[in-house]
Amino acid sequence: MTMKENNKTRIVWREYQKEIADNNYYYARSCIRQNFFPGSEEAFIKIVRDVLGRDIFDDPHQTTCSGIAYHCGVLPFDTTMTVIARQFALMYEAGYQNFIPSCVTSFGIYTEMVETWEHFPDIFKKAKKLLKASTGRDFEMPQNLVHTSDIIYKFKDEIAAKSKLKLTHKDTGKPLKVVEHIGCHYAKIFPHHGVGGAEFPQVLAGMVKTWGGEVIDYPERRHCCGFGFRNYVIKEDRSYPLSNTKLKFESMESYKPDFIVTNCPGCTYFLDRWQYVIAETEGKTYGENGYGIPVLTYEEMAGLVLGYDPWDLGMQLHQVSVEPLLDKLGISYNPAEKYLGHNGESIGEPRKPEILKV
Amino acid sequence: MSETLYERLKQDVRFEEGLNACINCGICTANCPAARFYDYDPRMIVVTVQTLKEEEIEGLLKGDTIWYCGECLSCKTRCPRENTPGYIVQALRSLSIDTGYYKYSKKGRQQIKVKRTVGDNILKHGYCMYLDEITLEEHPEQGPVWDWYRNNAHSVLKRLGANYKGNGAGTMRDISQNDLDELRQIFVETGAEERFEKMEEYDHERK
Ligand code: SF4
Ligand code: SF4
Repeated sequence: MTMKENNKTRIVWREYQKEIADNNYYYARSCIRQNFFPGSEEAFIKIVRDVLGRDIFDDPHQTTCSGIAYHCGVLPFDTTMTVIARQFALMYEAGYQNFIPSCVTSFGIYTEMVETWEHFPDIFKKAKKLLKASTGRDFEMPQNLVHTSDIIYKFKDEIAAKSKLKLTHKDTGKPLKVVEHIGCHYAKIFPHHGVGGAEFPQVLAGMVKTWGGEVIDYPERRHCCGFGFRNYVIKEDRSYPLSNTKLKFESMESYKPDFIVTNCPGCTYFLDRWQYVIAETEGKTYGENGYGIPVLTYEEMAGLVLGYDPWDLGMQLHQVSVEPLLDKLGISYNPAEKYLGHNGESIGEPRKPEILKV
Repeated sequence: MSETLYERLKQDVRFEEGLNACINCGICTANCPAARFYDYDPRMIVVTVQTLKEEEIEGLLKGDTIWYCGECLSCKTRCPRENTPGYIVQALRSLSIDTGYYKYSKKGRQQIKVKRTVGDNILKHGYCMYLDEITLEEHPEQGPVWDWYRNNAHSVLKRLGANYKGNGAGTMRDISQNDLDELRQIFVETGAEERFEKMEEYDHERK
């Protein structure tokens, strides 16, 4: 390939847009996010319904996609394939055709199954047979399959038009510096299914830029957060995710990010929690004045831009404090309300880490 | 004559999709997060299966190597031959469990822990991970905020608009028994239940 052609390819990828349905979504929930970032699961529905005025269906019958167990190497391909087929069956039964999972691992798995069925019609037939035999249900492939971050990306201008603040420093007016981290399974498996492909993903960068921030390009930008599936689930192997996430912190540190935003529930978790572990075990912190670098989901970022209260968004469930970011953005918040329960119930506060400032 | 291991691997669609003649360029290894921190080389896995040699493939199935991969699939994007070492590893892991060879390696034997956490969670809760099961003892990296959240889960989740342990839709809702039964039936029909039972049996025999 000549240099010129190579550049052309790069431009094509940089400008690559995929088809994202405009309305009527079947919301497939993420296990990790419901458990670890429940506020974001709710914020997504609120933004889509109340801010964007779109229809979104939340089905009580859906379950896990089984993807974590699949990628950990304990579930047979056929099992996960049939669980996925059941989710698609539920979508059709509910009268929907646009499937939007909020988990990046799920998105990768749903895409993998659809691609497999398209290339191997016999396996599609087998999936139909297995689903029928186990549940009596029938299914078809969705017409549109995108990740929930694609939806927010699609409507980023509409959100900007309704925004209450920009991603800029309240005193200087300068854009905040943002590390965007894309979950590997968003586009590395099937680049055509990600906005901008695998090497130049625009899904988060597009939101950040539209809402006034500046994206940092640092050496390990495309490196995995290190989840590693079984390497995390098995306690003895947990140094694998820790080491890989640390590699990213060391690489981004000199660029002084104001915050990190990710589109994958697992990545958000690891980038948040390993900062706590590194602080407590090595005494090293990556943010300013002994704090960590705040790590946000894209709904939290969108929610702040739209003027939502940070504690209604569930940002008190992060181990790395988000207050340094809220202060830079000039968001007023009540620290006394951070750890209140339902209806202002007083439920105490988490113990403070020894080194990481919170 | 019974099938060779290579023939059995060929029946796995991930193996079929993930393997073209490798040119040994090492790009997969250069990008691999597992190779950064383990004595692990995805290129060598591809090279080894392509020897077609039964004893070499058996060595992979009985060894620790195939369990190091983190399944990030960064190798899929970057291989100039459109190979996916991560898919080949998935096929090898499946065969290692089906043949029982996983019992020969320390990392293979660890898989019972995965089965007993994320595997069992699916059938018990309908979630692959579940708040009630994630203790600070097993997950110290969760930090003190997790303890506070777990101890006050009902109140915290209600404030955030979730439906923890409730019926109907919503974040953290209970999955109904009917839906759990369907999942179990899928596990029975597709071989997962049999696989799980065998893994438990092997573990008991070992002890
Ligand atoms: S999928 Fe496995 S082999 Fe491929 S880059 Fe990731 S860790 Fe390495
Ligand atoms: S990147 Fe592809 S061709 Fe190169 S060594 Fe790895 S598998 Fe072989």
